[in-house]
Amino acid sequence: MDRREALKAGGGASVLALAAAAGLFRPGSAFAQEWNKAAFDTRNFADTLKALGGKSSTESKDIQFTAPDIAENGAVVPISVESGIPKTQAIAILIEKNPNTLSADFEIPAGTDPFIGTRVKMAETSNIYALVLADGKYFHTVKEIKVTIGGCGG
Amino acid sequence: MADPMRIRASMQGDKVEVKVLMAHDMETGLRKDPDGKLVPAHFIRNVGVTHGGRTVLSAQWGTSISRNPFMHFRFKGGKPGDKVTITWVDNKGDTRTDEAVISAGG
Amino acid sequence: MGLPRLLIAGLLALLPLAAAAQDSTQKEIERYRQMLAEGNPADLFEARGEELWKTKRGPKNASLEQCDLGLGAGVVKGAYARLPRWFADTDRVQDLESRLVTCMTTLQGYTVDEAMKNPFSSPDRKSDMEALASYVAGQSRGMKLDVPIVHPKEREAFAIGEQLFYRRAGPYDFACASCHGENGRRIRLQELPKLTDPKDAQKIFTTWPAYRVSQGTVRTMEHRLYDCYWQMRHPQIDYTSDAAIDLMVFMAKYANGGEIAAPGLKR
Repeated sequence: MDRREALKAGGGASVLALAAAAGLFRPGSAFAQEWNKAAFDTRNFADTLKALGGKSSTESKDIQFTAPDIAENGAVVPISVESGIPKTQAIAILIEKNPNTLSADFEIPAGTDPFIGTRVKMAETSNIYALVLADGKYFHTVKEIKVTIGGCGG
Repeated sequence: MADPMRIRASMQGDKVEVKVLMAHDMETGLRKDPDGKLVPAHFIRNVGVTHGGRTVLSAQWGTSISRNPFMHFRFKGGKPGDKVTITWVDNKGDTRTDEAVISAGG
Repeated sequence: MGLPRLLIAGLLALLPLAAAAQDSTQKEIERYRQMLAEGNPADLFEARGEELWKTKRGPKNASLEQCDLGLGAGVVKGAYARLPRWFADTDRVQDLESRLVTCMTTLQGYTVDEAMKNPFSSPDRKSDMEALASYVAGQSRGMKLDVPIVHPKEREAFAIGEQLFYRRAGPYDFACASCHGENGRRIRLQELPKLTDPKDAQKIFTTWPAYRVSQGTVRTMEHRLYDCYWQMRHPQIDYTSDAAIDLMVFMAKYANGGEIAAPGLKR
């Protein structure tokens, strides 16, 4: 199904929405059809950082990474990241032991809180990195989340 | 055609707080079906959120975002009655756009 | 001589540590569950279920909007809180899914086989029943469970359910009671409710159906029983069978009065 049909079926999508989906945002907007394949193919923190265009990253205490220490199930692990670093432009989530390290890359325009909450899949107990791009420089914090093996499902 | 998203947008102080659930299988491409064949990867790759024609968030996702994805974020500049529009596009080119009206503080 | 005693003493000394570790582990798991609570994927299933309820389908091209779930034709609000119950038109005690099958056959013209052919979603095939159950259960959210055990067939269902609950069988010699008959039991890190203790039952029974993150879909009590029977290595318990419904009536007696928090969210 082509996108125009999908949008119509979506129920009265506005002209703005159509424009949005067609990629007709203001210049500089990140929502186009681009997808950084190289970055999503990497297998460790260092390679992912490089694929995203970073040379080095500094560990920072100004990134608040909220996640449970133990995930009852690796299929759905709730995490949130709030960056206190000025001029935060992007937040990325890296899961070290997953088949591919990069989970998501969020671009934060001015006026939007440098905050993201989402849920990720973890193949096994692993370090998760919250990687922040601020004012052209990379910062990160890291947390280990344990993934338990099954119990029941009640 | 994917099922609609569930979007909740409300004022929290001077910010719009958005929580969205998307209906998508987010197949990693690593799962085998009952016949032992690999189920091809099928996942949302791009997400964009606009308000008043302006992009307030955009994202590139991989296969390790959970099935039936959830996203939570906040932005300034919206008020009750405004619309927030969210679009996703997956690796097969399927797409979905839904909008929600911003409600007053919750 | 001295070694076994030392070993036992050593292990006993570790127990308080183990218990403390278990407590902090449980706290973290509780935190995990709370973080998930703010956006339950079951919402998506509720929405799809509502659409299915209102869509004209089947040989008779009719919707389910005239379905009688016990409170009269088309009354959905509060119906789940009073299921299972005896129905005059089928002269049977029926649970939600059994009643949906009745309505799909009488109102929409499907055969029983057609209505029952896809009870549980697989990653490759979504089940309409799970979506419909999510919608109907959600319409009883916040209400108190009030399953009637009054009609002779309801009382019979309870009695048989009780027999089934305590009956040990299968290669493990397990009954439901083996896991759910005492307080404080657990499997790995999963706490097990004592289903005959209202304190546990009122909190747990009322959270079904629920989105199970490990299954990636909403599961109902029918599926929970199916899964339990599989885990006990008992023969399969059939979808919407008397056995399944009898067990639900038995459990409901102890869960009655609990507040319905469905669709819930579980591992």
